[in-house]
Amino acid sequence: MAATIANTNSANAKGYPGSAVLEPFWIRWLLIGVTLVFLALFLFVPLVAVFTQAFEKGWRVYLASLKDTDALAAIRLTLFVAVIVVPINTLFGVSAAWAISKFEFAGKSLLTTLIDLPYSVSPVIAGMIFVLMFGRNGWFGPWLEAHNIQVIFSVSGIVLATLFVTFPFVARELIPLMQSQGTEEEEAARVLGAGGWQIFRRVTLPNIKWGLLYGIILCNARTMGEFGAVSVVSGHIRGETNTMPLQVEVLYNEYNVAAAFSLASLLAMLALVTLVLKSLLEWKGIGRKTSEAQAYIGD
Amino acid sequence: MSIEARNISKSFGSFVALDDVSLTVATGELVALLGPSGSGKTTLLRIIAGLERPDRYSGPILFHEENVASRRVGDRGVGFVFQHYALFRHMTVFDNVAFGLRVRPRRLRAVKSVIRERVDQLLQLVQLDSFATRYPHQLSGGQRQRVALARALAIQPKVLLLDEPFGSLDAKVRQELRRWLRRLHDEIHVTSVFVTHDQEEALELADRVVVMNEGRIEQIGAPDEVFHNPRTEFVMNFLGQVNLFGGRVEDGKVLFSTLALDSPRHAQLPNQPVKVFVRPHDFEVNTQPNGQINLRATVSRVHSAGPNARLQLVAESGESLSAELSQERFRDLGIRPGSQVFLTPRDVKIFVADYVI
Repeated sequence: MAATIANTNSANAKGYPGSAVLEPFWIRWLLIGVTLVFLALFLFVPLVAVFTQAFEKGWRVYLASLKDTDALAAIRLTLFVAVIVVPINTLFGVSAAWAISKFEFAGKSLLTTLIDLPYSVSPVIAGMIFVLMFGRNGWFGPWLEAHNIQVIFSVSGIVLATLFVTFPFVARELIPLMQSQGTEEEEAARVLGAGGWQIFRRVTLPNIKWGLLYGIILCNARTMGEFGAVSVVSGHIRGETNTMPLQVEVLYNEYNVAAAFSLASLLAMLALVTLVLKSLLEWKGIGRKTSEAQAYIGD
Repeated sequence: MSIEARNISKSFGSFVALDDVSLTVATGELVALLGPSGSGKTTLLRIIAGLERPDRYSGPILFHEENVASRRVGDRGVGFVFQHYALFRHMTVFDNVAFGLRVRPRRLRAVKSVIRERVDQLLQLVQLDSFATRYPHQLSGGQRQRVALARALAIQPKVLLLDEPFGSLDAKVRQELRRWLRRLHDEIHVTSVFVTHDQEEALELADRVVVMNEGRIEQIGAPDEVFHNPRTEFVMNFLGQVNLFGGRVEDGKVLFSTLALDSPRHAQLPNQPVKVFVRPHDFEVNTQPNGQINLRATVSRVHSAGPNARLQLVAESGESLSAELSQERFRDLGIRPGSQVFLTPRDVKIFVADYVI
């Protein structure tokens, strides 16, 4: 009996499921098999297809289509949008997560739900909302026109729509993390005489840095890849308001398959880099957690 | 530095955590706030620290006659040790202890070498000098506790406040650390208040004990005093084991169970129902009637693993009782489950029952 208990414990400590949750052999393999086949069909095959199509006509065509003025403009625009959107949403995400996890106030659960809104609203609708507000016939349309400001069919519209679609990413990543960490360390810092900014920089930020970085990476990936909302507000002006995903669509519709896929391959590579970074961060985060857990078990 | 809190109240929504509580702690004293969970002891500690704001109509909080109620927590000069230590998890032991010195405004901040020296001294004081480069998760519970203490002492606090300082340690470590803390206090003599729900801890460690219940102070006194002369039923009950009888005072006698006890101390009480408490060790246990008044009882269980032997008994009149006697006497009497014994109360405490109908 004692031996059994010791065995289960050591199994758990290493992260293996205990015997109580071990399903029969064939069920385990069925589940693993289904997952692998699904991933192969819907992730691996398309990924390979993107790169085969991109290189179908050889290296030269691939590079040439990336050096095309419109393609370069699209890449530049996408990077430009990311440079604006990601920092703003990082700031917003941190402050929202800070407010929600460290303070008690009325309407907190409503705020938490609202932060999730972009997840549940179709990006196309998000785009439409901006057209409704800032378009020529929209609520603020006449005022904007009078002051010679163009939002829809311009870069500012793209930035706005992308901001809306991607604002939950950082906050969503941080809220559970910060809630689980509680406020004791902040209180300790306050008693020791630290000011608000010192507490944030020296105590809160180091505790959330991996989660924050992960949120930023996801936010960036979505910012660069966003299609629906941007498509509605951009107006598809070549070399001006076409981001990379929009340019891919334009090229594809013109049967310029090689060019479309070479640009698409850049986006796919971005996804791959994101995945690698994400798993690196998770590995790092988990590594820390396990060593902590073991230290506690060792007590 | 003395501490005085006057007429402090605090409610969280409709829950009253503190109800008009006043407390004075003399310079250099070590005081325990003792009570069950929900008694308001931690809230009082956090209000003294400035981590919690008392209700509006509360009185002042004085540190050495100076009102600090409007001062922010960081400016009060208190050292606070949290129940779960709240060590900065991404900092080494050294950086944890140095934190309070490093966040000072530039003009008040010591130079690096002075900070280093001070932290090294503190780590020596808490016997962790060889652990300076470890992280909190690499330490045992007792070591973390000592880091938390060193960190609190680094800013040279005028008062030291500790919230359940030994709450999450195992029994053995707790005892060692308790003695160590007492020695440390005798050495550095900083005015200290600690919160605990463990009566043994409070009685052993503190100069004075403040017993709290439901947001009020039941009694303040030296450990001896609160233990031997509990002023309320709650204090009697909370500090150690008791046998409780419903009884009466009648013409200077205390009547309970099958006994009528002459009690000159209670002669002046009017006739009325009372609650009678007898601590297990205040029963004299005999196997033969000893000529004094006796409760006849049958032993139902014996716990003899410990410094004293403890008996569970059923009285003739049906009450379940407990009694405690020395191992020596226990062996001499040859008591085992089923034995008939005679209990003579050496000391009884009587509280007027407040029946609310």
